[in-house]
This record gives sequence, structure tokens and C-alpha cells, in this order.
Amino acid sequence: MESILQAKAIVKSFPENPDLQILKGVSFTVEQGEFLSIVGKSGCGKSTLLYILSTMDTDYKGDMYMMGQHLNGWSQNQLAKFRNEHLGFVFQFHYLLPEFSALKNVMLPALKLNKYSSSEVKERAMAKLELVGMQDYADKLSSKLSGGQQQRVAIARALINDPAIIMCDEPTGNLDKNNSMNVFEIFKKLCSDNRQTIITVTHDPDFAAKSDRIIEMSDGLIIKQ
Amino acid sequence: MNTKLIAEIALTHLFTKKKQTIIAMLGVTFGISMFIVMISFMTGVNQFMEDMAMDNTPHIHIYNPIQLNGHAIVEPASTETKNWVVLQHQRPKNVLPKIKNGMQVAAEIAAMPGVKGVVPSVTTQVFFNNGPVQIPGTISGVDVRKQDELYLTSGKMEEGNWDDLLKGTDVIVMGHGLAVKASVKVGDRISLTTPQGANHLVKVVGIFSYGISMLDDSKSYASLATVQKLVARDPSYVTDLNVKMNVMDEAAAFKTTLRKVYPNLYMEDWQEANASLLAGESIRNIMTFVISFTLLIVAGFGIYNIMNMNIISKMKDIAILKATGFESPQIVSVFLLESLIIGILGAGLGLLIGFGISYLLSITPFPAGQFVRINTFPVNFLVKHYLMGVSFGFVTTLIAGYMPALKAAKIDPVKIIRG
Ligand SMILES: Nc1ncnc2c1ncn2[C@@H]1O[C@H](COP(=O)(O)OP(=O)(O)OP(=O)(O)O)[C@@H](O)[C@H]1O
Ligand SMILES: [Mg+2]
Repeated sequence: MESILQAKAIVKSFPENPDLQILKGVSFTVEQGEFLSIVGKSGCGKSTLLYILSTMDTDYKGDMYMMGQHLNGWSQNQLAKFRNEHLGFVFQFHYLLPEFSALKNVMLPALKLNKYSSSEVKERAMAKLELVGMQDYADKLSSKLSGGQQQRVAIARALINDPAIIMCDEPTGNLDKNNSMNVFEIFKKLCSDNRQTIITVTHDPDFAAKSDRIIEMSDGLIIKQ
Repeated sequence: MNTKLIAEIALTHLFTKKKQTIIAMLGVTFGISMFIVMISFMTGVNQFMEDMAMDNTPHIHIYNPIQLNGHAIVEPASTETKNWVVLQHQRPKNVLPKIKNGMQVAAEIAAMPGVKGVVPSVTTQVFFNNGPVQIPGTISGVDVRKQDELYLTSGKMEEGNWDDLLKGTDVIVMGHGLAVKASVKVGDRISLTTPQGANHLVKVVGIFSYGISMLDDSKSYASLATVQKLVARDPSYVTDLNVKMNVMDEAAAFKTTLRKVYPNLYMEDWQEANASLLAGESIRNIMTFVISFTLLIVAGFGIYNIMNMNIISKMKDIAILKATGFESPQIVSVFLLESLIIGILGAGLGLLIGFGISYLLSITPFPAGQFVRINTFPVNFLVKHYLMGVSFGFVTTLIAGYMPALKAAKIDPVKIIRG
């Protein structure tokens, strides 16, 4: 069976300092339904790698394959469509649209996808909010929520289009033990029940230990997988 | 593309930043309303001046100018090449400014297509004698009925009746200013002296006012027969033909045709006669447009600025929208739509306010005194100007909104989200 994600010799440096490679040739594959954790010291390049995997950063060397497609050379608009349909994210700094309610934030990517009617989208969004325990705050402006609450809404948003791959950058960074466990259970269930794939950067050793596989990075290289 | 979703995002942005939205809107409103007021007033003034001048200007004026014969008769006589002929102060022959067969020509022209009517007239300079003081003026003998029919002279009467000119000979109507200078009232008699040196006594049966002092201070009217008698000519004597067209703007073209038919007559159309007025008008028009466009461009810069700030404050939002799959054209649409909503609402309000101010101006008394027959500020209300205002406002906001929207679409989401 074909791997759902394949990174080949990813090299990344920033234009400010082209000689300094932040990623020095990272290669790995992820199978469908896998729950993968990426760990490593702060500043080792985890987020940088995740932005490349997320297709938002296209300024790198190496090859990226996702869902059997070679993504190098795609236009920004093609990639945006691809993300909307197949990828879900939770960023390290949980970003929601402050003018919109929690519910609307979750609904937007689905409305963009335009696969379901808006009443169906609303129902689905409510269900995702319930999953992360945020159903009571659905109509609250997202800017009026606490950090942990915002992070949970962001997770609900990442799940709304039932993406094949969900990428998270420290999704539990702002959550207490209980909520962290809840998020872990949700992810676990998505992998086993729906064969969705989870790639998550984490500093939480317990969280990492319970996932299917751990990739450990150091200084722009994978040192253990 | 998902129009409803784009509209929803744009409206949410506008509603959460109400103050900004309203300020941007008012910028457009100000520009458009000032544009409407300016253009309505300026064209109103132009129209008023033109109407005032055209009240009394024939569309084509046919007359026989006093012309100097370019060559001296002695010139061909002295064929010897070495002799110079020096002629100083050449004088015209004693030719009458008469139009040959004037009445017949008038009837012929009146029958031509496009012509509304022709007033044959005899115009001469006269002195009105007020005791020892001689007041210069002119007297025009006209076909009384025709003149009124074509130039509505009876509507300009301050006192007396235009039709009284038909009752008997030796009756005249005179301009308001002239009557004041000659200190006559309706019913008075006044003596006048013709260029030939003859004195006549005529009765004033009416006083008119065009609101143009140049006319009101010098002009008087009488019947054709009266003036023909004054200058001691026969009833076929006509010096001027005043042609009125059905369509004013056809005058110049018609004049060219007429020239071919009557090569010996001198003709002048209203544009030539009012060249200085028309030049003033086109300068005023240019000024109006320059100022109006400036106002709109300033409003456009206002929108540009506010949309730019709006986009800078929404960098994160744009990055998130892009990260979750919104494509560049959709981002452009969102922000362009925001500008357009601001532009359309602002322009609509601008039209209303512009109309309101124009209306108030049009009912404001205008202290013009004796010179101009006008009670309130002249203001035009033309749908054309309102449509122009809306379309200018629309285009300005479109351009002013497009550049920031394009900028928004170019934002690299990774740079923003990386924090
Ligand atoms: N825009 C940038 N320009 C230049 N260098 C950058 C930029 N962004 C990140 N870096 C550098 O790249 C390296 C990796 O950063 P990255 O954010 O990937 O670390 P990380 O592993 O996610 O750390 P953390 O666990 O603290 O989030 C760091 O040394 C950082 O200084
Ligand atoms: Mg990081």
C-alpha cells in the first residue's frame, strides 16, 4: 500500500541566512491511519518542517508527496484547494478569526469546501465542537475565549472537513491534563475509526509516548524514528 | 466561487469595524455630494447665462454689414508700376444696410425645413431726448406677432402690454434702464432723433426687462411700420432677419446651407455671436470637472488608506483563511467587496446629501438686484449628473479597493502564522 505522506531529503534555509540550513535533509514516510509524534528540543526545526508538510511553505529543496501526488511545482491556489480538502491544522499559536463566533470559525473551511449545505455544515460543526467540549461556547466571539478554549475550537476547525491528514503544532500546549487526554482520545479514535492520519509536534512526553510512532529531531535532522 | 460565503466574511469585517467603515463611507459621501452640488450649481449658472443671452439672440442673424471696398477705384486706373497710390481714410459708399427683397427672403427662409420662424426687422440707432440730454439707444421695428411668438417678448414686459404696439403707429416699448435714464413712464411721450436728423414724438406703451443691463439700458421696440416711417423708408425696407431654428444646435450647419442660397447676405449664428460667453462657459465647465474630480480622487485616497490599514490589521485573518484553503481570488473578492460596499453606500448617501444641498441652494434667495432677472440661485437637477456621480464613486472605490485587496492576496501565510 502506498504511503499517505512522503518527504524526501527536505532541506530548508531562510533567505536571511542562506548558508544556515534549518532542515538538513529530512526524509520520512507516514502511512494512512498512523498517529505520529514529532519531538525535539526547542528550535530544532519542528515547526519549520510542519509548515513545509502543510504545503504552506513552498520555499524548500527536496520532494513532497501526499496522497500519491507530487506537490512540488503546484500553484498557491492549487495548494490552497488541496489543503482545504485534505488537510487540517492546529497551529502552535492557535489562530482563530476574532470577528467570528467559535461556531463560524469551525464552519468556514467547510463553507469554503462547499460540499454540504450550510445547515448541514452547522450541524457538523456543532458535533465537532461537542467532541472537544466547546458546544456551550459555540456562539461566543472567538476573541472572547480563553487560550485553551481557543485551542480546542482550533482543533474542531481542523477536523471539520474530515481531512485525510491532520497536522498539529503543540495542540495541547495550553490544555490541562484532562483536556490533553481528551484531545489524545479524539485523535486516537480518528486514526482507528476513520483511518485519518495524525502528525503532531509535541513537547508532552506522555502524549508522545502513547502515539503510534515518534520521530525525534535534533538540529535539523531526524535522529530517531 | 462561493459568493455567499465571501459576502458573509466581508460584511462581518465591515460590521465589527463600524467606525472605520463609517469614516471611509463618509469620505466617499463627501466627495460625491460636493461633486453633485458643484456640478448642479455650475451648470445651472451656465444654463442661466445661456438662456438669458439666448432669450434675445437669434439663432441666425442675417444682415448687411457696412463694408469697405478693399480696393480704391483709382488703383486700377494708375497702371504704371512706379507709381504708388496712397489712400488714407477710405470711406464707405452711401449704401443702405438694406436687405434686398428682405420680406420675400424672410418668407423663403421661414418655409425651409428646420426653421421655426423668421422675424424681419429694421434696427436703427436713435437718441432719446430727455430735455437737453440725449440718451443713445436703438429702436427695432419688428413684426410684433412673430417676435412675440418666437422670442416671448410679451413675457419680459414689466409694465404695459406688448400687443399695444399693434394699436396705432408711433408707439414703442422700451427697456427698463433706458426708461429710467429717459425718466419716462408708461403713457408718457418722448421725442427721439434719428441718425438722419429728424425728430419724432412717440408714445411709450410698455417697459420690458430682460435682466441684461446691456439690453435693458439701450433697446426699444416698435412695429415695423413705425420704424420704417422713422427712418423714412418704404415698407419693403428691412435691415435684419432674425432666424429661429427648431433645434438650436442645427444653426451653424443651416447657416452654411443658407450661404449657398444667398451668397450676398452676411450671416452670423448664435455661437459666433456669443463666442465670449461660450468661452467663459467652457472654462467654467473645465473648472467644475477639475474640482469635482479632485474631490473624488481625495475620497478615493481615503478609501485606499482605510482599506490598507484594514488589511494590515487583518494580516492574521488573511493568513488563517489562506491556511484553511481560501484561494487568492477569494481573498481579493472579500476585500474588494468591502470597498465596494463602502463605495456604494457612500455614493448613495452622497447623492441624497448632494440633492438636498442643491435643493436648499435652489430655494435660497439670490440678491441680484436690478441687473439680473433671477430670484434664487440657479441650480440644475439633471439625472445625468447623478449617474455620473455614482459611476465615478463606483470606479474610484473599485480602483482604491483593488490595490489593497491584491496586496492582501499576496500575503504569505507562513510568515504571519510563524509568529
Ligand atoms: N523566519 C525565520 N527566519 C530565520 N530563521 C528562522 C525563522 N523562523 C525560524 N527560524 C529559525 O529556525 C529554527 C527552527 O525554528 P522552529 O520554529 O522550526 O523551531 P521549533 O522546533 O518549532 O521550536 P519550538 O519547539 O520552540 O517551537 C530556529 O533556530 C529559528 O531561529
Ligand atoms: Mg515550534
